[in-house]
Amino acid sequence: MKNKLIATRTAFGEALVEMAKERNDIVVLDADVASSTKASIFKEAFPDRFFEMGIAEQNMMGVAAGMATTQKIIPFAVTFAVFATKRACDQVSISIAYPKLNVKIVGSYGGIPTGKAGATHQAFEDIAIMRAIPNMTIIVPADAVEMKQAVRACVEYNGPVYLRCVRCETPVIFDENYKFEWNKGITLREGKDVTIVSTGIMTPKALVATNILVDQGIDVRLIHLHTIKPIDKDILLKASIETGHIVTVENHSVIGGLGGAVAEILSESEPALIKRIGIEDTFGESGSLEDLFFKYGLTSENIVKEVKNLIEKKRRKYSC
Amino acid sequence: MKRTTIKELEEISKKIRCGILETMEIGEKSHLGGSMSSADLVTALYFYKMNHNPKNPDAPERDRFIFSKGHSVLTQYAALAECGYFPKSILKTTKTLGSILQGHPETRTPGIEANTGSLGQGLSIGLGMAIGAKLDHRNYKVYVILGDGELAEGQIWEAATAASFYKLDNLIAIVDYNKLQAVGFLKKRYDLGDIRGKFAIFGWKTFEINGHDMQEILQALDSVDEVKGVPSVIIAHTTKGKGVSFAENNPAFHNAPLTKEQIERAKADICNS
Repeated sequence: MKNKLIATRTAFGEALVEMAKERNDIVVLDADVASSTKASIFKEAFPDRFFEMGIAEQNMMGVAAGMATTQKIIPFAVTFAVFATKRACDQVSISIAYPKLNVKIVGSYGGIPTGKAGATHQAFEDIAIMRAIPNMTIIVPADAVEMKQAVRACVEYNGPVYLRCVRCETPVIFDENYKFEWNKGITLREGKDVTIVSTGIMTPKALVATNILVDQGIDVRLIHLHTIKPIDKDILLKASIETGHIVTVENHSVIGGLGGAVAEILSESEPALIKRIGIEDTFGESGSLEDLFFKYGLTSENIVKEVKNLIEKKRRKYSC
Repeated sequence: MKRTTIKELEEISKKIRCGILETMEIGEKSHLGGSMSSADLVTALYFYKMNHNPKNPDAPERDRFIFSKGHSVLTQYAALAECGYFPKSILKTTKTLGSILQGHPETRTPGIEANTGSLGQGLSIGLGMAIGAKLDHRNYKVYVILGDGELAEGQIWEAATAASFYKLDNLIAIVDYNKLQAVGFLKKRYDLGDIRGKFAIFGWKTFEINGHDMQEILQALDSVDEVKGVPSVIIAHTTKGKGVSFAENNPAFHNAPLTKEQIERAKADICNS
């Protein structure tokens, strides 16, 4: 399984079916994008539990909330991340999060990969928006293996969750021994010189960057955070104290997402010099995946470059 | 369903109107107008139609009621207190820090099913509950009171489409059609046209009544029970501020502070009606 290329959106669709075979309380709501979000896989297997809600995302979130009040249904409200978090933001906040209802909001097409659809479909602010909503848990799986376990964990948790899926195929980095731990970050490599903190599909790229840097003599600590909220403060504080430099990497804006969360935590108790890699406060555009990842700095090569820049920056800052 | 007479229900609605006044702090802005216009509808629901039990607010078979026009929650607080969901003495703590009675409906209050107040969301939530009933093979009904101004919100019509598509005959919307929104008369400020016609085109069974005639209200609520395969809407013509002489049809009392004298006058108006 490792190193295979599987889209997390596909793993999500399959995981839903696996869960639904074990229990009869899972329903899925769609807003006409099931073939893209792969909720279609669930529809094929369990048509009676699949609810087409039309291109009406605000209503979809409200309906999911109403279903959840029965406490006998666990609704997955699935659409594109842009619509789930922007168009239906008030509904997610007030109908779902405020009463702490057991609804799983799934935002597909997170970040850059949208099959060339362009800016209207590229979610660069979804994590930032969800982070500011109380009672919300935010999970951004790195690969297909983690996604499947994350879906299971979401079902077992009673409360609102925002789960982010990605369209394109990405490398599997976890094997069958991997154990998803609720709300816990993972140290993929210990190190003393600098820490890379990554999330979602940037973690496989961060792994590649880490190996390159280690070969060049830089002792990189690599932390993967699948959960942005509530964030694992302890692992971050420890990394700040022990390595002093943090580079965050996300398929998302540098404002308010992983980078923002890390900066918030560290600035209050263990400040470190931080470089946030992500989308630099701009709308997206169409292009090939390769072109877009390159243009927006979301490559292993750029991670290597920015890690070295950060180390040099700190050296110059503190040298006499 | 309680076997109460029209006369009894009319007496109860006076108590509900007085209860609304109980929630108002002298000099503090309160949504008097829209609360008074819903009072007879809410009375009929809680004391005639709905299957509910204050001693068991979470009973799975209970009918659900959502006050989508959440700013008028004062009416619901009065009804819940009158039913015994919480002591009447709590009414005067409305909107104070830590009170179980918030400025808009919140599920921390016994008997309240949804957090509304952001207009346009309640019908969708009710729709979800109605689907939940069908999935769970239960017979409960879901009643949602909507404001007329609230019908400008697009989400209402998203829900109207879905309710029709899913043939939800256990979902009943009631429009508190008091012809006034916050800034003034709908017809002048933002005319929403033929409300009944709009719901009909969306596939709903429609009823139109005088929202202050208890007989008509009960008849409509009973008629809805016969409707199969489509959702129902009761367009209830009401008067904003009904029961309070100086507030009736007066835009100023959408959300306004009352003086001690005004509260006394309002009480006198209600008790002497």
